[in-house]
Amino acid sequence: MSETVAGPMPRPRRDDAVDRFEDRFDRVWAPPKGIRRVCAVNNSIVGRRFIVTGFFFFLIGGVLALLMRTQLLVPENGFLSAELYDQLFTMHGTTMMFLFAVPIMEAFGVYLIPAMVGAHDMAFPRLGAYGYGCFLLGGILIYSSFIVGSVPDGGWFMYVPLTSIEFSPDKSQDFWLLGVTFVEIASITGAIELIVTILKMRAPGMSLDRMPIFAWYMLAVSFMIVFGFPPLVLGSILLEVERTFGLPFYDVARGGDPLLWQHLFWIFGHPEVYIIFLPAAGLVSAMLPSFARSPLVAYHLVVLAVIGTAFLSFGLWVHHMYATGIPRLALSFFAGASLAVAIPSGIQVFAWIATLWNGRPRLQTPLLFIIGFILIFVIGGLTGVMVAMVPFDWQVHDTYFVVAHFHYVLIGGMVFPLFAAFHYYLPRATGRMLAEPLGKLSFWLMFVGFNVSFLPMHLTGLLGMPRRVYTYPEGIGWDGLNLTSTLGAYVVGAAVLVFLANVAFSVFRGRDAGTNPWEADGLEWGSRSPVPPYNLRSIPPVRSRHPLWDEPDLPRRIQNAEEYLGTAPEGKRESMVTTVVGGAPEYVIRLPHPTFVPVLAAIATGAMFVGLLVSAYAVTAAGAAALLAVLLAWWWAPAPEKPTKDAGRGLTLPIELGDRRSAGWLGAVVFLFVDLSIFLSLVYSYFYLWTAAELWPPLGSAPSVGAPVVTTALLLALSLPAAWLTTRAVGRGRRALAAVALAAAAVALVLMLLAEDAVIGSLPFRIDVHAYGAVVFAMLVFHAVHAAAALGATLFALARIAARGVDPERTLAARVAALLTFYAAAQGAIVLAVIYLTGAPS
Amino acid sequence: MARGAIALLTLGLCGCEGIQSALSPLGPVAREIAALWWWMFGVGVAVFVLVLTALLYAVFSHPDRRRTVDPERMILGGGIVLPVVVLSILLPFGVIVGASVSDERAPEALTIRVRAHQWWWDIEYDDGTPAGGFTTANELYLPVGRQIELILTSADVIHSLWLPRLAGKLDLIPGRTNRLVVEADSAGILRGQCAEFCGLGHAKMALVAVAVPPEEFAAWADAQRRPAAEPEDELARRGGELFAAAGCALCHAVRGTRAWGRVGPDLTHVGGRLTIGAGLLDTTRDNLALWIAHNGALKPGNRMPDFADLDRQQRDAIAAYLESLE
Repeated sequence: MSETVAGPMPRPRRDDAVDRFEDRFDRVWAPPKGIRRVCAVNNSIVGRRFIVTGFFFFLIGGVLALLMRTQLLVPENGFLSAELYDQLFTMHGTTMMFLFAVPIMEAFGVYLIPAMVGAHDMAFPRLGAYGYGCFLLGGILIYSSFIVGSVPDGGWFMYVPLTSIEFSPDKSQDFWLLGVTFVEIASITGAIELIVTILKMRAPGMSLDRMPIFAWYMLAVSFMIVFGFPPLVLGSILLEVERTFGLPFYDVARGGDPLLWQHLFWIFGHPEVYIIFLPAAGLVSAMLPSFARSPLVAYHLVVLAVIGTAFLSFGLWVHHMYATGIPRLALSFFAGASLAVAIPSGIQVFAWIATLWNGRPRLQTPLLFIIGFILIFVIGGLTGVMVAMVPFDWQVHDTYFVVAHFHYVLIGGMVFPLFAAFHYYLPRATGRMLAEPLGKLSFWLMFVGFNVSFLPMHLTGLLGMPRRVYTYPEGIGWDGLNLTSTLGAYVVGAAVLVFLANVAFSVFRGRDAGTNPWEADGLEWGSRSPVPPYNLRSIPPVRSRHPLWDEPDLPRRIQNAEEYLGTAPEGKRESMVTTVVGGAPEYVIRLPHPTFVPVLAAIATGAMFVGLLVSAYAVTAAGAAALLAVLLAWWWAPAPEKPTKDAGRGLTLPIELGDRRSAGWLGAVVFLFVDLSIFLSLVYSYFYLWTAAELWPPLGSAPSVGAPVVTTALLLALSLPAAWLTTRAVGRGRRALAAVALAAAAVALVLMLLAEDAVIGSLPFRIDVHAYGAVVFAMLVFHAVHAAAALGATLFALARIAARGVDPERTLAARVAALLTFYAAAQGAIVLAVIYLTGAPS
Repeated sequence: MARGAIALLTLGLCGCEGIQSALSPLGPVAREIAALWWWMFGVGVAVFVLVLTALLYAVFSHPDRRRTVDPERMILGGGIVLPVVVLSILLPFGVIVGASVSDERAPEALTIRVRAHQWWWDIEYDDGTPAGGFTTANELYLPVGRQIELILTSADVIHSLWLPRLAGKLDLIPGRTNRLVVEADSAGILRGQCAEFCGLGHAKMALVAVAVPPEEFAAWADAQRRPAAEPEDELARRGGELFAAAGCALCHAVRGTRAWGRVGPDLTHVGGRLTIGAGLLDTTRDNLALWIAHNGALKPGNRMPDFADLDRQQRDAIAAYLESLE
């Protein structure tokens, strides 16, 4: 493998050839001009848009926070009404979590990961652009609630029944549920493309243990998003369905349970904290070596700590629910897990300290922010250990102590690293350095202001002040503490203003950044700043974990197109796909050029959400139809004009594979993980409601196994051999057999949908009187949707085969259709088993 | 309505610091938790100083003059051994403190049912005596030295009962019943507040608890059991008639009269309570009159209508009547 990677020495090039290709290469990768610029799909441009938009939301969320702090400046203040204050704290939390922290951290992944792993772009650039569209439109949708005056006011945690139709009859909560779900599409698509990019798009020779540490962090985080976001997506859908169509899931009077929402929310919500923290810690691990002038120590241990955190973070959610009256034994388990997460955090903190200790630290602005981060985060971690202790949490839960704790964790753990990263990476984007004196000033203002604001809050909470109160009485001992906190918050605001001034100054007057201004070790600094849209001109073979330190000549060779894929003779955007573990070259992937497709897809998706919001279901249907049309255009990819090409340095690789080695296949599999997580959340909801119910199914609701059920089960079983045969036939290039197999699968799926409709029609209960009926109906509909999707994919694959024939190496459509059929069949079997085995009349 | 006046009026009872502080415990449970806090605080400060020292030394000491550390050993010591040791001491400590927060009810415990509403507390005493139980609102009297079992339910959304000087909080969830066992071991006044966001009135959903010696408690309970006294002076008597005529009785109960409403707080002995409006205002005649006309401004979202069409004299009369209900 390593021989393949090293390859022969580069052949000397004729200079005129380089010049000719240079122009063409830049032209191929150049973003379009004017209004067509919205069509740009490459990671450097989409990533930058993501970061700027996320930062804009950070400024809005910060202004909301300053307004709230102004209201709390003195007791019994009349600056804000109770109503407005409730809206502001809801929108502050929602903005900071869903519109700032998660998106901006993923944005850094989108912006940096391809460059770090040596790719010209992400694996799915259009998916990234679509995600950005969903993020932007979703954010606008949530904030448009201010225009119509129905601003979400149920808290960012949206506990039912306060947010149910009975207690929030207007549209405010619908804005939240639909807007946040819309935005989450962006998080999930971002996670999918990050996983595939990290696993498949690395430079040749970059085996997993040579991978930049930030890529490990983003890989772990992306998997956490894949499994962690779906429970909230499901919870939100169920709540929206309950609010709009009256199917009870959380309504106690009809057999639902409000605690189900809390479980679904916190199964998402706790991993979410680490989804925010880990990328920031990854940035610290990536930046720190430049300032320590020494590599990150204990790379393997840090990787293990990151993976450990990712796993543990899914076992902690109940520590947000200590005060709900859950049995003691369960609490002790979650307390243990919550304490255990201190260990991987401790490993990272001491790895950073040891890195500095063994290096020769250079005290520039990013390092100041990193030091501030470590100190603040350690305090947040220590108070985190305290609140993990069940009896202590009973006192401080939902008080200002917890407000202080998680702002130490999130501002310390995420905002400080983010500002370090701004100072560090902004020159890469603009080509100009930020000013050190202004940078240091903004650090000191932020560090002092933050601690003045949030340190006293620990005491405020212990002295009894609960969260989410718009005012407080005078003289219980909270006055001076609140005054101090508010003044500190203003200082943090000033720090952000100084930073903005620094950015403005640097854009016009900043010192030229050149190539690798921080003398960093990673490939992302292998180009001259501002970095071109393709990140690196040519993709170098990677021989160590610190390519720029170990091969000082590398940037020159990269920029002179002396490495792989530094030219674009066919006029196509390309990058290299390598094996998951070893990073051995597999094929050349053709990447999309600028296109309106993702923009249109995002607008169609937005129409679906707006239609749901205003109960104009025709709009939703039109949006869905438009989305389907756009997706067909998206997926109907042109076949490559030739099977292989010279990738440079004498390496010949296939173009655009479409089998199990392909990026597209891995993307489909990861997408199914997302879907699986939604499905498991739904099954969890069924069993949770069962345990909470007195009688399950309610009297007279037990469904019996009739002819439709048996027919559905039989057809499920029939679709399996058809799917299996499809995969086998396309793998061997047998067109007719593949077509027959796909057609058989399609027929089975159509009949199964009909049978399932009969199953739903034969249910012996109304779906809106009891949670049992609602959740059974939800599972059947969920499965029907997937059977329909498998049917769509099967028909698409049939059309592909009819139009193109079967090329055994490029069979993605048929393979994905078979995969979806398998998946839908397995899901259907589980749904039927759950309903008819556990719901049988006793 | 002048804001200043509201601010001034809400002063009253709340003028004493520490009345809602988890660090001024009045009972064994809160005392154990406060002790746990101080221990954790001490250990936390020590760990922080350790990290701070190591970090500042790594950054600021001269690189040539410090010995390089074996990073594996440093991470092993600081990142694994230190947390494991600290946490293995802490977790059992926490479990022990948690276990002392017993939810076992002693046989002689006093049972109090608390039902939370947006945004007040319906309180029902059931002390098992033949004399029977009684209903009050937004105010708890607790006999010192006797275990109290609080049975917690909610009438609408999720609330959380938190009396920091006695114990931690516990949620009141629709469809569920939670139990919290507390005890006051010395006399005093304490304030509690709803700790789970429950809508517009959340900030002003407080309650007052008074821990008194057992004999004083018994006297109070006897008084509470009695129906409302007939008003003695003319103004209050007229207020009682107005109370019935204005529709107050649709929502409020005054035992011994024909007011049987159960939507709002029981007012049988409202004049004897320390506060009105769920811990909001001191119970004075002026505050009662103010509340009748302007409760929506005093407590945004409050479910009671503003009786602004009553004139000044009528409001004063009703206030006088309510004040007489001691």
